Amino acid sequence: MVNTKHPWKAWLYLSPAIVLLLIFTLWPIINTVVMAFQEGYSIQQASRGKEFEFGLDNFAYVIEYRGFLTCLKNTILLCVLTVPISTMLALLIAVCLNSIKPLQKLLQTIFFLPYVTNSIAIGMVFAAMFNVVGTVSAKEPIIQTWGIINNVITFFGGEPVNWINAGSEYWANIFVLTVYIVWNALPFKILVLLGGLQSVNKQYYDAAKIDSTPKWRVFTKITVPLLSPMIAYVVITGFIGGFKEYSSIVGIFGEKMGPPGALGKPLNTMVGYIYDSISRQQGRASAAALILFGIIFVVTMINLYVSKKKTHY
Amino acid sequence: MSDIAKSQVMHAKDIKQLSAHQKVAKILAKIAVYTFLGIMALIVLFPFYWMLISSVKSLDEYILAVPTFFPQEFHFENYIEAFTTANLGTLFLNTVYVGVVSTALSLVITVLSAFAFARLEFKGKNALFAALLATMMIPGELFTITNYITVSKLGWLNTYEVLIIPFLVSVFYIYLLKQNFMQIPNELYLAAKVDGTSDIKYLWKVMIPLALPTLISITILKMMGSWNSYMWPNLVADDAAHHLVTNGLRGAFVVEEGGMVNFPVQMAAVAIVSFPLFMVFLFLRKYIMKGVSRSGIKG
Repeated sequence: MVNTKHPWKAWLYLSPAIVLLLIFTLWPIINTVVMAFQEGYSIQQASRGKEFEFGLDNFAYVIEYRGFLTCLKNTILLCVLTVPISTMLALLIAVCLNSIKPLQKLLQTIFFLPYVTNSIAIGMVFAAMFNVVGTVSAKEPIIQTWGIINNVITFFGGEPVNWINAGSEYWANIFVLTVYIVWNALPFKILVLLGGLQSVNKQYYDAAKIDSTPKWRVFTKITVPLLSPMIAYVVITGFIGGFKEYSSIVGIFGEKMGPPGALGKPLNTMVGYIYDSISRQQGRASAAALILFGIIFVVTMINLYVSKKKTHY
Repeated sequence: MSDIAKSQVMHAKDIKQLSAHQKVAKILAKIAVYTFLGIMALIVLFPFYWMLISSVKSLDEYILAVPTFFPQEFHFENYIEAFTTANLGTLFLNTVYVGVVSTALSLVITVLSAFAFARLEFKGKNALFAALLATMMIPGELFTITNYITVSKLGWLNTYEVLIIPFLVSVFYIYLLKQNFMQIPNELYLAAKVDGTSDIKYLWKVMIPLALPTLISITILKMMGSWNSYMWPNLVADDAAHHLVTNGLRGAFVVEEGGMVNFPVQMAAVAIVSFPLFMVFLFLRKYIMKGVSRSGIKG
């Protein structure tokens, strides 16, 4: 190329990006690791001249702390529930969409709609749909409306459930969150999987047609293997997103991260824990962030390993 | 008729029957597929529908024990009330200001960096690019802790700078645009050099027009990001003067023990906040879907 004579030009063009990356990306990586290993580090005490010993105390504290374990449990539970459900549902929808001609474009647009939403705002809509107006937990409950979801349940002969209100059970809360997160995760997965399906070589299907292979066999023996790189991609990004879950919960439950009147933050997640300790306990927050990074890294590696073994290409 | 001919006729009949059978099966499968997709589409759309009809109901109608699926009377004044309750005017102005400024600056930085990586030769180029890509693996929360300390030391808490500057550089956008720039033939650049055209003029006249679709994708994703950002603004700019849309919206409607807020007004506020996103989606769907399928990140 031509500009070898003026290498300074390249650095000039790159300089704004590099300066900002040094301050807001590289420095944080170094500093976060350093803070994580300084026992009980807090910026307020550090500015008063306090010295901190190096050690694993922050990690030990975080791992033994009950609040953090709740966050870890919630995060993993939501991941394990939402990633498989949303992936399978998205795969099913993508395969169905790919097999039809009329209305395909319209349906594709509809299925993409949840993506262009504000996850806090639509979380409030879901909360309203599950919300019971009245006092459910009292001895003599006064109910004004059970909410639309409970109305549908009772219409089909079921019993109404206290989903998210005061005194609601953990499993009901998790159910609502799962529904919302899956609803939110579908568009991206459908988009990627449908894109993959449309680029699959039609010859495989023609061959299967000649052999009159049954549909489900075509699905398991041709579609899934050919689509495996895309499936691996949505599963990995799904897990990474799942481990960083936070705003969906704020959308439905608000900053209290739990039903009204609950003690602590029963539905808090790992990212929530990090944010809670950011302004006072930076050492512990850093340790938690490194643990989160470690988990994401390991899960991604496992996913890559499994998909390499299972991937067709 | 000979036996052979007879059996041939029988065989032809079999095939016909079989194909009729197959046709029925095919139609049934089509019906099943459309039913499934239809039900799923309804589930996907229902929250939007519920938001819209609830937003124009009166509170009395909203809390009826048996819900109405279409409002008995329209209360459009809910929208006005929502606008004032959540102070949406200020929130919109703040968000638009932050969104426009950060998108503009981000585009300049991205274009310059992508140009350097795609067209210029310098020592350590590949190593630098690989290092940049490697940072994409690290969850943003790891940066947030130190960035919070940095911006507090800079005295940026509760300012516009804090909402704009820390996230100006996106490695993903640089990567996206670099790939696009590389597809533009190098001969064009050489020709421009021979003519004595400056880099900036070449960028402006040739590269940017040719890479416009990617730049539009980046613009939309960045704007959507500002519109939807919640955690960082909540952390560093929690004064009302610098609230962005999402923070203000969540803070304005908190459900208390009785499960009661003015739901129709809340739904109206949510509808107002969602509306610009739908408009963007309606008109620029192609660019959004293209950018999104390659990113895997929301906003």
